[in-house]
Amino acid sequence: MELKEKLVSSFLAFENTVDIDAPVHEIRSQAIKNFEEKGFPSKKEEAWKYTSLNAILKHDYSVFPKEENALEFKDIKKYFVHDLDTYKIVFIDGKYSSHLSETTHDKIDVCLMSSALSHEKYKPIIENYFNKVAKQDGLTSLNTAFSREGAYIYIPKNKLADKPIQIVHFSTGKESAQMLQPRNLIVVEENSHVQIIERHQSLTNNAVLTNSVTEIFADKRAIVDYYKIQNDNENASLIDNTFIEQQAQSIASVHTFAFGGNITRNNLNFYQKGEGIDSILNGVTIIEGKQHVDHNTLVHHTEPNCESHQDYKGIFDEKATGVFNGKIIVNKEAQKTNAFQSNNNVLLSDKATINSKPQLEIFADDVKCSHGCTIGQLDENALFYMRARGIGEKEARALLMYAFANNVLESVKIPQLKSRINKLIANKLGVNIGFDL
Amino acid sequence: MLEIKDLHASVEGKEILKGLNLNVKAGEVHAIMGPNGAGKSTLANIVAGKEEYEVTEGNILLEGEDIEELAPEERAHKGVFMSFQYPVEIPGVTVTNFMKTAINETRKAQGLEEMPAKDMLKKIREKSELLEIDRKFLSRSLNEGFSGGEKKRNEIFQMAMMEPKLAILDETDSGLDIDALRIVANGVNKLKGQDNAVVVITHYQRLLEYIVPDYVHVLYDGKIVKSGSKELALELEEKGYDWIKEEINA
Repeated sequence: MELKEKLVSSFLAFENTVDIDAPVHEIRSQAIKNFEEKGFPSKKEEAWKYTSLNAILKHDYSVFPKEENALEFKDIKKYFVHDLDTYKIVFIDGKYSSHLSETTHDKIDVCLMSSALSHEKYKPIIENYFNKVAKQDGLTSLNTAFSREGAYIYIPKNKLADKPIQIVHFSTGKESAQMLQPRNLIVVEENSHVQIIERHQSLTNNAVLTNSVTEIFADKRAIVDYYKIQNDNENASLIDNTFIEQQAQSIASVHTFAFGGNITRNNLNFYQKGEGIDSILNGVTIIEGKQHVDHNTLVHHTEPNCESHQDYKGIFDEKATGVFNGKIIVNKEAQKTNAFQSNNNVLLSDKATINSKPQLEIFADDVKCSHGCTIGQLDENALFYMRARGIGEKEARALLMYAFANNVLESVKIPQLKSRINKLIANKLGVNIGFDL
Repeated sequence: MLEIKDLHASVEGKEILKGLNLNVKAGEVHAIMGPNGAGKSTLANIVAGKEEYEVTEGNILLEGEDIEELAPEERAHKGVFMSFQYPVEIPGVTVTNFMKTAINETRKAQGLEEMPAKDMLKKIREKSELLEIDRKFLSRSLNEGFSGGEKKRNEIFQMAMMEPKLAILDETDSGLDIDALRIVANGVNKLKGQDNAVVVITHYQRLLEYIVPDYVHVLYDGKIVKSGSKELALELEEKGYDWIKEEINA
């Protein structure tokens, strides 16, 4: 059976496991119809021209988590930023693991989507925000249809989340192949602040396909910093759909560190709904083998005096392929917009590929928008300079790659996370640099 | 220390060095002068191991060992240092971290333990004072946004840190004002000793007032065409290179 068919027919079984009288179920029913109509995207669509899902849709995925699997913290500690005190929302094969998690309802809510969907207390927030900013494309609708579990984070007015929050999804692969569809909702009210670190980690060589949807609402003057660590094994694919709605003077940043996986597609969408907003999209991609990473970004400026800053760096070795498709829309009313986008790439091999495409749709006349894209090799003069000082070729290359990605790393606000990412890069490059950059 | 015998070298098929001979002994300072395009920088880069240059004939011996097949880092480990004419900017790597990495990689290659952090800091302090380098400067990204003079001073700071056996200064005087020139020369003179050697490549005589050479060579059209004492440098400054060209062509 084709995956689409299987999913559509599974919806009935899914309905038996959830409260179909909940208002959210109407949204689910609508979404499955929408998915049935639109299906999975194909390469014929402009936005999917360079990323084909065909190969990963062929697996016979189990679409519901069946049994509960336990993991010991010591075995998976390395996938957390563990030298940092954080809240943790942890899922194993799509099921919440209370054992590994640390949630709270003290002043702020850091808990589960399943509780938020079923408890009366959260009803107003769910009604106001659930599925309100997510697009209605096939993949997002598919996630919406089966939405049941994920992270629910609610930071009321004038509150500072007292520590960062880690959201970690593990797949253990007891099933042959597994499809996961986490659904996250993050609401940050006026003047509030939260930092979130998200990671998907497969612990198996069986195929894993994650189709994740995250909706984030940053109210007036809120600050949201979101860090995505994508460093999964070669049989794990991720479609990350993130939608962020920002009100006046809010600042939202998303850092995406794409260091591995089979196919990784990031659909990152920012919608600005007020004045004086700043949106920051940063990414570092370092991949090799046959890995594929596609960053598809959208920033929609609708009001005056807002900014957006996009800085994506990519390093591609062997037969790795990369895509950067960055769209900026500036409405007629959005005068004095400053929108910047840059995408710089280094190809380390003749067989590596990057497709980089800026798309600017500007309808206002008093704006500053710029975009730049470079594709090159490592600077041979710089390599020689370092080697002439006694630094071996491999280390010199690694230092240059660090230097290349440095400004993005520099903008990570959590020192322990920055140090962790430095280590991940060093591991990837097979070097041991004696200092943190 | 350094012995170059009948060196022929080309880049992209074009012959630049055409039978160069040079013999530099420990404890000596040699100056190599010559007009633009004579092959001065090529010589420096070939000794340091730049791969674009192809040695077609001849040998480069360091303390009697042929180093032609060695990678640039291996030559550095054996004590070769080149002060770059155009030092490269490396954003995100501070001067201090670059030096720590360079020194410890070199020590590792020599079978030594890493230098203890305390000793490293002490050395950095000493050498930066010698070159009159501000502490703040050391935590900046290597060469990024440095003025021409700062870059050159930083090169000599690196040389002081690395304590090479053979230092080749490729146009280290260009872009330096007189104060910086004095500081840089002072740094080089402090390093000079019985066990190491310095080769100064320059266009102008003025650096040689501060770093006094034992020998001056004129490089022209890929060969050393004239050698002499430090007075030769003065003569070149006064008369230019045309008389040498005439002498050769005669």
